[in-house]
Amino acid sequence: MQEKTLQDLVLTDGSRLIIESLARSGADAFIGYPITPANLLYLYGSQRMELMLAAPDEITTLQWMTGLAATGKLPVTATSFPGFALMLESINMAYMMELPMVIVLVQRLGPATGTATCGAQGDLLLLRGMISGGHPVPVLATSSFNDCWTLSARASEIAVRLRTPVVLLTSKEEVMTQKSFGLSSLEEIKPVSRPLYDKDDPYQSYKAGPKGVPDFLPVSQNVHQVRLNASTHDQQGNLQHSSEEALSNTRRLEHKVVQQMKDYLFYELDSQDGANSLVLACGITAAAAREAVGMMRRDGHRVSLLVPKTLLPVPQTYLEIIGLYSRVVIAEETMNNQLGELLFGSSRPAHIRFAGGLGKMISPREIIREVMS
Amino acid sequence: MTRPMLKTMPLPYCKGCGHDLIAKHSAAALEKLGFYPLDVILVTDIGCHGIIDKCMNTHTVHGLHGRSGALGAGISFGLQAPGKKVVVFIGDGGATIGLQHIMEAARLNLDMSVVVHNNMLYGMTGGQTSGLTPQGFRTTTSFEGNPYAGYDICKMSHTAGATYVARVLGIGDISGDLAKVFGQKGFSLIEVMEICPSYGVKLNPGRKLAEVVKSAGRETGVWTGSREDFSHRQGKKSGDLLSEVSGIAKGSEHRLKNPLSIVISGSAGEGVQLAATLLAKASISSGLQVTQKGSYPVTVGVGFSTAELNLSPGPIHFHGIDTPDLAIITSEDGLNHNRKRIMAMQQGSLLIDSGLAVPETSARVIRRDFRSVGARNAAICAVLYFARQFGVLTEEILLHIMEQEGKAAKLPIEKIRQVIES
Repeated sequence: MQEKTLQDLVLTDGSRLIIESLARSGADAFIGYPITPANLLYLYGSQRMELMLAAPDEITTLQWMTGLAATGKLPVTATSFPGFALMLESINMAYMMELPMVIVLVQRLGPATGTATCGAQGDLLLLRGMISGGHPVPVLATSSFNDCWTLSARASEIAVRLRTPVVLLTSKEEVMTQKSFGLSSLEEIKPVSRPLYDKDDPYQSYKAGPKGVPDFLPVSQNVHQVRLNASTHDQQGNLQHSSEEALSNTRRLEHKVVQQMKDYLFYELDSQDGANSLVLACGITAAAAREAVGMMRRDGHRVSLLVPKTLLPVPQTYLEIIGLYSRVVIAEETMNNQLGELLFGSSRPAHIRFAGGLGKMISPREIIREVMS
Repeated sequence: MTRPMLKTMPLPYCKGCGHDLIAKHSAAALEKLGFYPLDVILVTDIGCHGIIDKCMNTHTVHGLHGRSGALGAGISFGLQAPGKKVVVFIGDGGATIGLQHIMEAARLNLDMSVVVHNNMLYGMTGGQTSGLTPQGFRTTTSFEGNPYAGYDICKMSHTAGATYVARVLGIGDISGDLAKVFGQKGFSLIEVMEICPSYGVKLNPGRKLAEVVKSAGRETGVWTGSREDFSHRQGKKSGDLLSEVSGIAKGSEHRLKNPLSIVISGSAGEGVQLAATLLAKASISSGLQVTQKGSYPVTVGVGFSTAELNLSPGPIHFHGIDTPDLAIITSEDGLNHNRKRIMAMQQGSLLIDSGLAVPETSARVIRRDFRSVGARNAAICAVLYFARQFGVLTEEILLHIMEQEGKAAKLPIEKIRQVIES
């Protein structure tokens, strides 16, 4: 048989791209407890990361990650809702201590254990409210294999630059389905740089720089004292009840994320001249939305597409784009339109429509039906 | 002069509290062992003992209730430099909620030392009974005395694999006991017995510490283990996950004009997913875009096994399949899992083992004796039939992929030929 090598077309899955991207961007430890449908991420993490530790549960996972981050590592884990729920208090701790890490959250059908092998998109509002006080944690959502690659690297970068946990939101179908994929489309990824405090003045663990982010020093060095604290604390890291300095520090946690995430605004806008309708979808449903928009355009309809990728903190840009359209269809694998609630609260304007459902992928036809109705 | 571990300020404890003794003698013990303050990472829990941080010149890490054992373990995992010391301060309440964290660190024999401040109740929240409260000891939630025995954290840690475990009374000079604990390589734990002056002393008038400890069966002493201390033992690592998925050689061009959705379904262990992967790779080799999704029950070794494939000459965005263009069914399990889909098919083809009852469907039905080549080969036989008879891609290219993947040698090719030519 006459043959030549197809330059880079392979059969692969999103999990492989996520872990390789995280490793190349500087993540050096994978800590985890196995859970479906994050098991491929766990497998690849164990194979690829310099350090892999099998934790006995998800609380321990986050605690070990935080300890590793305190020594200068950039740890990663992957889980699904049941594991993520156990992690919540410890994510708050890492957020308060301002230690970087990436948590890949693979959504599956709930509530509770639900169905481990069935995809869903029902964790968005949990992410919005996951920090006591409502402070936002950066959340990026993948909507393609290319996103698995580029957004994973951005997640590492945000975690280090902002000194914060970052959630990479995905779902079962995105990380377990195999697809033909051209590797040459992948951008080069370099490790995120990690500047350390290098002054002679006494180090204050939570004295912020101009961007609201404190310089980092690991507890493994012996030049300056490091104080890390998950309770309300002053700039030095000393526990305080509610002094102005300590409350100012807590306010800074929110401000630094909101301000700095303006540099990490990722979305896909495929606008069509003269279109009055906009389809809005993220994650796995973005694939159906792209298909639906293509089908409608082939039938002569004018319609635009918005795929948000930076989900939290919510970029104002999305509302500005949505404001240009008289009909907006949000498509999502839930029965309650979490993306809509995130954007508009509990009373959505009448022109915001919803194509949703439980226990199955939303199909292009369901989206088209809602746009055309 | 070397900076001391402790600052000179008064410690923030109630009069008579054993925590004061532990803090001072821990500092003395560390200094006695020659540690400098910034060699020490003190990890504190939630509880009265945890407010010691501000008095220390060491690194301090103040975490959540009960989790300091795991947080300290994380730091220990990450420390590469010799001469560092992770010390975890935790109370009896923290040791109760975080018991597994302590056991895990002991099991791994991680290089860290845990000091359990057992003052026999939750002091910070009002004197409630903890999991380490001795039987018979009175607390604000057990006025007649704790009716249940407490955990023996020393015995548990020893059994789990710790190098060195000790229990002492928090009276007099305990710096020597603490120095022995801090001087170990591997996991060490010391349980310092105290009575909380604010609740314990008042609720248990006249009782002496030694008597309470003895009557609870908690003898003081030392227990040593011989387990090798933790070292990172990582398996073989991949330097590049992408290099492990090789590009697929291009073969003869496909003859597909429109997207084709295929469901292949049979029983677990009968090669359904393998057949789907071989077909997917052969399709890529033929120049097609492909998606492949597997479905099976959580008990992966029993019941149905279904693979969904989309083949397309152009890009594939949405990979879900409602009603397929082609259903390949090789067993009863596969038929039952896809019966509704097959019945919903208004067109397309159903390729089904001839031993199975065909459901009512508008699809074109093709029955062949796929299982006659052996149950494990039935799905591969069916995809070879598809290649031979449907004209989407060549049988040759599929066989080539099978050879490349090392799957061809064990196949009963002659028997398969008889089926696909029939």
